Amino acid sequence: MILSRRAVLGSSAALLGSAIVRAQTFAGTYQPRAELVADGIWLVRGVDEPINFANGGAIANIAIIATDDGPVLFDSGVSLAHGQALAALAFKVTGRPVTRVLISHLHPDHALGAAAFPAEIIHALPATRADLERDAEGFSDAMYRLLSGWMKGTALVLPQGDLGNGPLTIGGRELQLLALNGHSQSDLALLDAATGTLITGDLVFHNRAPATPHADLAQWQAALDHLEAIPHRLLLPGHGPLDRADEAISQTREWLAWVDASLRQSVASGLDMTEAGEVPIPARFAALKFARYELQRSVSHFFPAIETELLPKTAP
Amino acid sequence: MTTRLAAMIAFALPTAVLAAPVAANALPTDPLDSPMWEFHAQRLFGKAHVVFDHAVRVHIPVVAENQRVFPVTVDARALPGVERIVIFADLNPIPVAIDYTTLTSAPFVATRIKLDQRTPVRAAVLTHDGVWHLAGQWIDAAGGGCSAPPVSRVKGDWADHLGEKRAAAWSEGSGQTRLRMTFRHPMDTGLVENIAAYNIERVTIRDTDGTVLGQMSVNGSVAEDPAFTVMVRNGGRPIAFVAADSAGLKFTGSTAVRATRVASAER
Repeated sequence: MILSRRAVLGSSAALLGSAIVRAQTFAGTYQPRAELVADGIWLVRGVDEPINFANGGAIANIAIIATDDGPVLFDSGVSLAHGQALAALAFKVTGRPVTRVLISHLHPDHALGAAAFPAEIIHALPATRADLERDAEGFSDAMYRLLSGWMKGTALVLPQGDLGNGPLTIGGRELQLLALNGHSQSDLALLDAATGTLITGDLVFHNRAPATPHADLAQWQAALDHLEAIPHRLLLPGHGPLDRADEAISQTREWLAWVDASLRQSVASGLDMTEAGEVPIPARFAALKFARYELQRSVSHFFPAIETELLPKTAP
Repeated sequence: MTTRLAAMIAFALPTAVLAAPVAANALPTDPLDSPMWEFHAQRLFGKAHVVFDHAVRVHIPVVAENQRVFPVTVDARALPGVERIVIFADLNPIPVAIDYTTLTSAPFVATRIKLDQRTPVRAAVLTHDGVWHLAGQWIDAAGGGCSAPPVSRVKGDWADHLGEKRAAAWSEGSGQTRLRMTFRHPMDTGLVENIAAYNIERVTIRDTDGTVLGQMSVNGSVAEDPAFTVMVRNGGRPIAFVAADSAGLKFTGSTAVRATRVASAER
């Protein structure tokens, strides 16, 4: 009898399962932590996960760079509250308010936290501003759907599109801006001259499979070539841990090359999309978190175009 | 307390069973607990016997990255005597995407559908004994797959490419051929303001001698520029196919078997 009671309870729990998963709880508080990784440079680690309600969308790495004018924030987080928490953290570690916010590219986990700052201190490459003019509203809708309460009060604040490739000195600190693309249509990276710290935004992922929603894989590989040729002591990737072992660039490169080759192989051998997303992932990518998840996203991003390229047109 | 509850349940359970005289064809409880289960089940299966069956494999990605193009593969090859495969999404405004009559083909089909919101995505597989075998999963999705205009409508170039077809076929061994077909078509749902419904309605696959190898009815909830993968059995001969749309246009194509399919080389 006890057994049947358990069975009854068990099956009703299973029925409720889908409802429980969707039940909204209250948003938490962002509690970003800064780790000093070089003289005057702090890394604020994102969670190495997809954006979801539990992590509040705080998945991107953020850099705080101290200057005589106050700290520069490299990327702004996902929401008003996230941007505010990062601003407070930057103030805490440097003793000064944020003087400049640099947005690396259009994606919401990097760009929507701009809501926490006055527009006149937010800067990006011109094409990133154009990307955001086009897509930010859609991103915002998607983030409100996924993150609900975490997004409270997050309004769209567009960066000024006034950055370009070349040196930029802020508060006596010499930064080399790198205007690249490939992860998106416009990706900003930077090198801090004094410490040799390369801050790459999402052009480089580390121990976390790269995401490709706006990627051009050939251009991305070219950007990685460019980054690899820049002498640097340590690398702050857009997602994943700090790289002092000089492995993140090649890891990103190898994953992207494999995804491209694998999808082409899948189309050429007659697989459809779900099958292409279920192929075995080589053991050499075992360290990459969310590899299966990102492979399946990449299938969605690239597969139909590869089909158009590789499947022959047929006459009646 | 435990004893008392157990006693109550012991008493309640048989009563419940007796109280509801079990018709042979009563609908089984939906393991996905969908709010639309009974509605769709009554409409699609009538009084037929319905079972949830792990022999039907529904493959979908873990995430609906693009709610306009969501891939679904149904593999019912573990089930003997399959006649039809229906793919449907409970909470789509056009729930049924395809209804595939397999005839002599293997019970395997892959295509891409639109998702209008979080929904169960299911396959219903009819076997010749009249039983429907079901399987499926919930998938989360943002809105707009069915009620957003197709990309080619926004770009405005849909008519330039209408009906362009691509196809290839691979031998799977033992006279079985994997056929893949893609068509350029806006697949308008009729749910977008000022764009009337316009979609491919039927795909027919034929052997060289005209014998029909498989036939699929297709609805507007299939993704724009639809793609289909099926597994026909015609001894490796060339295959012809025709897609007919709701404006009466017919898009025909043919393909010869290229090579043995390489499952997963050099990965």
